[in-house]
Amino acid sequence: MKKKEESFFKLITQKPWEASQAILDNEHDGKTLTDSKARLGVRTVMVVSTVIFSLFVVSYSDRMLVHDWRSLSEPWLLWVNTIMLILTSIVFHRTKILAEKNEIEKVKNSLLVVGFLTFAFITGQLLVWQHFVNLGQYASTNPANAFFYVLTALHGLHILGGLYFWARVTTQLFKENYNISKTKENIELCAMYWHFLLIVWFVLFGLMVST
Amino acid sequence: MDEENNNSKIETKAADSSSGSYVTPANSTPVSEIPEQELYHAKSFWTRWVFCQDAKVIGVQYALTATAVGLIGLVLSWGMRLQLGFPETFSFLGPATYYQSVTMHGMIMVVYLLTALFLGGFGNYLIPLMVGARDMVFPYLNMVSFWMFLIAVLVLISSFFVPGGPTGAGWTLYPPQAILPGTPGSEMGIVLMLVSLSLFVIGFTMGGLNYVITILQARTRGMTLMRMPLTIWGIFTATVLALLAFPALFVACIMMTLDNLLGTSFFMPEIFTMGEQLGTTGGSPILFQHLFWFFGHPEVYIVALPAFGIVSDLISVHARKNIFGYRMMVWAIVIIGALSFVVWAHHMYVSGMNPYFGFFFATTTLIIAVPTAIKVYNWVLTLWRGNIHLTIPMLFSLGFIVTFVNGGITGLFLGNVIIDIPLSDTYFVVAHFHMVMGIAPLMVIFGAIYHWFPLISGRHLNQTLGKIHFWISFVGAYAIYFPMHYLGFIGVPRRYYEMYDSPYMTTGVGLNQFITVAALIVGFTQILFLYNIIHSAFYGEKSEKNPWKANSLEWHTPEMPPAHGNFGKDLPVVYRWPYDFSVPGIDREYIPQHVSPSEVPTAKVEKT
Repeated sequence: MKKKEESFFKLITQKPWEASQAILDNEHDGKTLTDSKARLGVRTVMVVSTVIFSLFVVSYSDRMLVHDWRSLSEPWLLWVNTIMLILTSIVFHRTKILAEKNEIEKVKNSLLVVGFLTFAFITGQLLVWQHFVNLGQYASTNPANAFFYVLTALHGLHILGGLYFWARVTTQLFKENYNISKTKENIELCAMYWHFLLIVWFVLFGLMVST
Repeated sequence: MDEENNNSKIETKAADSSSGSYVTPANSTPVSEIPEQELYHAKSFWTRWVFCQDAKVIGVQYALTATAVGLIGLVLSWGMRLQLGFPETFSFLGPATYYQSVTMHGMIMVVYLLTALFLGGFGNYLIPLMVGARDMVFPYLNMVSFWMFLIAVLVLISSFFVPGGPTGAGWTLYPPQAILPGTPGSEMGIVLMLVSLSLFVIGFTMGGLNYVITILQARTRGMTLMRMPLTIWGIFTATVLALLAFPALFVACIMMTLDNLLGTSFFMPEIFTMGEQLGTTGGSPILFQHLFWFFGHPEVYIVALPAFGIVSDLISVHARKNIFGYRMMVWAIVIIGALSFVVWAHHMYVSGMNPYFGFFFATTTLIIAVPTAIKVYNWVLTLWRGNIHLTIPMLFSLGFIVTFVNGGITGLFLGNVIIDIPLSDTYFVVAHFHMVMGIAPLMVIFGAIYHWFPLISGRHLNQTLGKIHFWISFVGAYAIYFPMHYLGFIGVPRRYYEMYDSPYMTTGVGLNQFITVAALIVGFTQILFLYNIIHSAFYGEKSEKNPWKANSLEWHTPEMPPAHGNFGKDLPVVYRWPYDFSVPGIDREYIPQHVSPSEVPTAKVEKT
């Protein structure tokens, strides 16, 4: 997070009752950070989600050590999904750059591509689930399976949440009732969130593949 | 800007002011860089009072819902006390119902009453007003947050009506017993509890986003972090803790729900129940305990920090003195918040973990006593030579200090492994945590309600009823919990439905009856308090503006109670902290935060 002036620790050593400090304080505009509130909101959500996923990773690592753990063999489809998610992030990044250049028509198209790829990813994940169910690998069969289902479900839900905001930005653009600077920021924030979920997926997938 | 340049600028400005040619900052203030917030203006009854986006209304909605569910918690405790005090006379509570009462009482009081009331209730009402904002930064999300909370409460309450009743696993919900047959409510009750908690966490996260970002980004001009009232500091730090700690509860809830519904073995070990082996293998109940207490201990401070903040402001206003050591109070809040994440396993000394682990957690636990003690000293030093008005908020604040010290000191003992082990799961523990996180925060809540009721409703609460309420609650709380310490010493275990003819109960019977009678009296006094609130809201004595002569912004809105948008046409500009009481050199007894230096030119800087 970009600091507006000083570090938090420096801020809390100020002496607000001193005359010299009061003069500085009177000029203060009331914001601690330079980021917009929407950006801070997304970042806070990312922090909370990071805590959730980290705790799952810790639980996974703890549970893994028990003798009844049987590793899951990941199907090739999961790699395809991973590539799909990487592509989504790349396209979203390009969308952001296009939006900065004000090429609205291209932005519209590439937002649709993002949506398509994201839905394809979710469908892919559901196909992986189906694959495991067909093999008789249920959540109760082994803790490794259970973690696989929980982590993919939670990651998927995060993506669905992101899609809600993607849908709002996209419909705004197509209905042409948008405020250009706000829309640009929203696209940027969505892109940031998609990159975040890609990193989360790397960590989760890496953990599942390597164990 | 380099240091030297900066200093010289300050000096020239200071010189200006001393020579009398002081430019009033009101004229020189540049235009606000924060654009005015677009507010949603309610059009109908529904959007104004029910699906409302005004933080003040949401705060009241939170407070009323929390109080309603808290009353259920209170009634459950009466049932438990009647069973414990007079097991022969009152037989309406079977063992199963008793465990369900214990569980629901605990969970309701900690999460759905205290957390929701402090952060949802006081947080929503006070944050925008105290930092000088028109509303929260995401009003719509704020509304959704309340409705999520309400749904969570309804799901929780619905568990009373499902087959098998609510869960009786104890508020800690330890697996494997929480989801095994034999524990009351293992059919539907536990699932509803876990779902309700998950919903609560999601709803709270929405509210928490609002509280944190409003405090960081939406303050009015001149309101630096170090000019904020300590109430806001307490709520801010508690919200940060909650945003980081509630995910642990969420994760634990999800995994246990799956263990219950799908038969996974996250927490379920290889286990026989009723002579049959369950399908689960290898799960770790201890893992659940770690997750639960990684949430559970910060939760204590999620409740305590707002209480610390609010009580600091109450003491300062009602003793007409600036808070002693403001900076240290802020630091203590932040340090306590940080430390609260590294003490969780002191709840697990008897869980069979490595003894060195216990040694580490005992050490961190005792370190927390240092910032906490600083706060207590500062409250006492604020009172020292203060112009103490024994108003009801002040009485409750004094009650808080005493009770908090009491509960805190027993905490020092329980924090040590070697003392905790014999006292673990006895009534000593029950007495300790009720004192420190039951009675002490409640004292602050009561004080805060008596303090801010005129702001919310425009009327005073009845003073006589208030004094009765205070004295019975205060003395009564000690009548209830002091004997419990003794019961713990003689070894009475907690959570037992009945002691039958256990040897220690020969001395405990009379005490238990005494506690029960005291608990019933204190409980009914709270009904009197609710009557006072309802009656005074309509017929109470009309309050003048700023009845306590406080400095913080919420009392200086153009209308009282504050209207939609809080501050009329222009937002206030802040020139000082909220603790300028009895400042030497001027004839005013207090200087509100928005009074510019030019209006009080002779005021001297107060050493603090």
